Amino acid sequence: MSRIRDDYESSLWSRLTRWVNGETDPFEGKMEMRPLREAEFRGRSVFNPDRLDEDKVMQYLDDLDKNKEMRAFRILYVLGSVALCFLLIAVLLLTVSYLPRLGDPDGPNNNEVSARYVEHGMEEFGAVNMVTNMILCYRGFDTFGETCVLFIAATCVIVLLRKNEEEIENTKETDWKYESKPDAILQMVTRILVPVIFLFGFYIILNGHLSPGGGFSGGATIGAGLILYVTTFGFHKMQRFFDEKTYDRVKVGALSLYSVTMIYYFYTGANMIKNVIPSGTPGNILSGGMILPINIFVGLEVACTMYCFFALFRRGGM
Amino acid sequence: MNFVQNFPCFSIVLCMAAGIISTPMKGKTAKYMTLTVVSLVAVMSIATLSYVAATGESFVYVMGRYPAPWGNEIRAGVLEALLATVFALVMLFSLLGGMEHLFRVVDPGKINLYFILVDLLLSSLLAIIYTNDLFTGYVFVEINTIAACGLIMIRGSGRSLLAATRYMVMSLIGSGLFLISLAMLYDITGHLLMENVHTAIVHLVDTREYLVPLLVIISLSTVGLAIKSGLYPFHSWMPDAYGYAPASSSAILSGLVSKSYIVLLIKIFYRVIGFDIIVRSKIVNVLFVFGLIGMIMGSVSAIMAKDIYKMIAYSSIAQIGYVYMGIGLATREGMTAAVFHILTHAVTKSLLFVSAKGLTDASGNQKAYPALQGAAFRNPLAGAAFLVGSLSMVGIPMLAGFISKLLFATAALGADPKKTLVTLIVLAVSTVLNAVYFLHTVIRIYTPVNIPENVKGIHIHVKAGAAAALVALILLNFVLGLLSQPITDLIHAGIDMFA
Repeated sequence: MSRIRDDYESSLWSRLTRWVNGETDPFEGKMEMRPLREAEFRGRSVFNPDRLDEDKVMQYLDDLDKNKEMRAFRILYVLGSVALCFLLIAVLLLTVSYLPRLGDPDGPNNNEVSARYVEHGMEEFGAVNMVTNMILCYRGFDTFGETCVLFIAATCVIVLLRKNEEEIENTKETDWKYESKPDAILQMVTRILVPVIFLFGFYIILNGHLSPGGGFSGGATIGAGLILYVTTFGFHKMQRFFDEKTYDRVKVGALSLYSVTMIYYFYTGANMIKNVIPSGTPGNILSGGMILPINIFVGLEVACTMYCFFALFRRGGM
Repeated sequence: MNFVQNFPCFSIVLCMAAGIISTPMKGKTAKYMTLTVVSLVAVMSIATLSYVAATGESFVYVMGRYPAPWGNEIRAGVLEALLATVFALVMLFSLLGGMEHLFRVVDPGKINLYFILVDLLLSSLLAIIYTNDLFTGYVFVEINTIAACGLIMIRGSGRSLLAATRYMVMSLIGSGLFLISLAMLYDITGHLLMENVHTAIVHLVDTREYLVPLLVIISLSTVGLAIKSGLYPFHSWMPDAYGYAPASSSAILSGLVSKSYIVLLIKIFYRVIGFDIIVRSKIVNVLFVFGLIGMIMGSVSAIMAKDIYKMIAYSSIAQIGYVYMGIGLATREGMTAAVFHILTHAVTKSLLFVSAKGLTDASGNQKAYPALQGAAFRNPLAGAAFLVGSLSMVGIPMLAGFISKLLFATAALGADPKKTLVTLIVLAVSTVLNAVYFLHTVIRIYTPVNIPENVKGIHIHVKAGAAAALVALILLNFVLGLLSQPITDLIHAGIDMFA
């Protein structure tokens, strides 16, 4: 058994052992030490001292009169962005000069794709309007996606702007300021115009496969008619035939029927199952197979979305 | 035609239909329907994956009666099916994990709208993954952008609205650039279907026609998608967007949404332009440089971040940098590593966001570091999940992050010798920085503290759904880390199918 050295306590090994065991701190007495600050819990209060300081500092920094560097930076920033925009514009314009001329018969986009749309579109889908053939049938998936873009845009506006019943009730006091006054001339003109606008909108939708137009443009027309009606007569009268429930029903009905049609079309098309929707004689009003119903669905959805945007921006509800 | 081949189309249209019929529903009903739909999509994607892996070749599904170039098409290969599977699973677990918090912070009248957004977001993610047509890709990029804005601002408070606005502005700039590039591409090739565009481009390059527009197209589409996915200089929207959105939104946004644009970019590189032409155009070098800068700068910002969400958000910037660095290596191995890192990051970031929510819940809803001290003892499961996620991001063996780092390092050795050294150095530095900020947080949450009076009352009860989600995400991390060989084989096979 070896003997413990007399100066063991002060040897390197001993100090190391003690440090590892946590008995001593090598810095003790050599540097200033403070105990760790206990974590502070501030409960759920909104008041947050850290944030306040940060805000104060930011406020000071944002004060352009005192902060010369910031002002110089802002100016440089604006100049830089403008320069970047002009650079991008220049690059794009330069590129356009390299692109093929628009409408050039030998250009790369006058190829077999458009040829088939023009030559065989009518016999394959039965609509005289070949643009409708192209967007609703050949590229039906894209258009379905595009309709969903509209739907989701409306959803986002609802997320952002819709108020609940209570809030609408509360604002009723001040809301009359924004409603239009009962104006005899305006009401008379609207009474005459709105039915015509609706009729024209339905005409555009129903003739989407025969003449220029279709669900998107016809729906926008009907939506404009609804907006004209509501601005003249106010929401109270509007709600007698078009409230939020009707809106939901029409929109969901149209879109779900649209998706059912599209699933049918994709499934039968990809699996080579015979299509049972008759396509009729091109040129008749009842022709074009599934184009007519799709135009109606899209038209309803677009009309609803137009009105929904107006109503939500106007008072946060329908 | 095998019935399984219908599944990609079914899963896309099913999500869209589910979103549509959620409109008049109550929040709870919409929730159950969304969970069912997302699980169904996961099952269908697994079936597709096993089918494609068994047959060994991709298939094209005609969306309608007429094949491309006249009609729309989607295409499913191994890589698409794998990504769809992982995305659907991560979506499911992020939703489950953040569900309770969601119902707490969102206005009860608007909660069903959240599920509409989620359904349509999933449909757009799937469509972007499966699409074989550039314009379809663009349409669904739009849906993706708008839905993501909605997910950020669903809370309706000031900060989240600001974050959503910033996100929208940046994202729309990206979409705009991408759309301009598509218009030009259509102008010089006359096609929108990926294969036909590719044939036309190869012809154009051979005859040396339209080379200037082609270069502009490549750069515009790359920059556009890079802005949307948050590559380094365009990252400013990220910390706020992830920091102020509900936990499930942050998990979905950082794990899936920003990744979907990278997937689209990879598809464009391989299937539209052709990888040789991309490499010759030197755009990969630009991505490489910005990826490297992002790896460092993202980590440095994460170290300086004051709260846990901001830290995770800044870490996302670094991880996006990793992915672009892998693409920038311009080799097949680099691309494999990038795709693997997409999966790793999707799985890990959602785990981190969901568990961070559990930790802040256990600390009286405070997200600043001092308040989080000892949070792991107050909510042990969330603490363990955060630990696993952090270790995975740092790159500890057996976890997914280690495999990605290994793949990146291996890929760097096989790449252009000029890139090898700098990649390895930045990878090492970035790993150390990752360790600094992640382990700093881990140590903080595992430091015991005497529970102050005002938190004593907080009783953390992890709901079964959230617990299952955390456990499942931890398991997914281990699966990616332990079964890496079959998965990298699948990615290899998928990339070969692309070319």
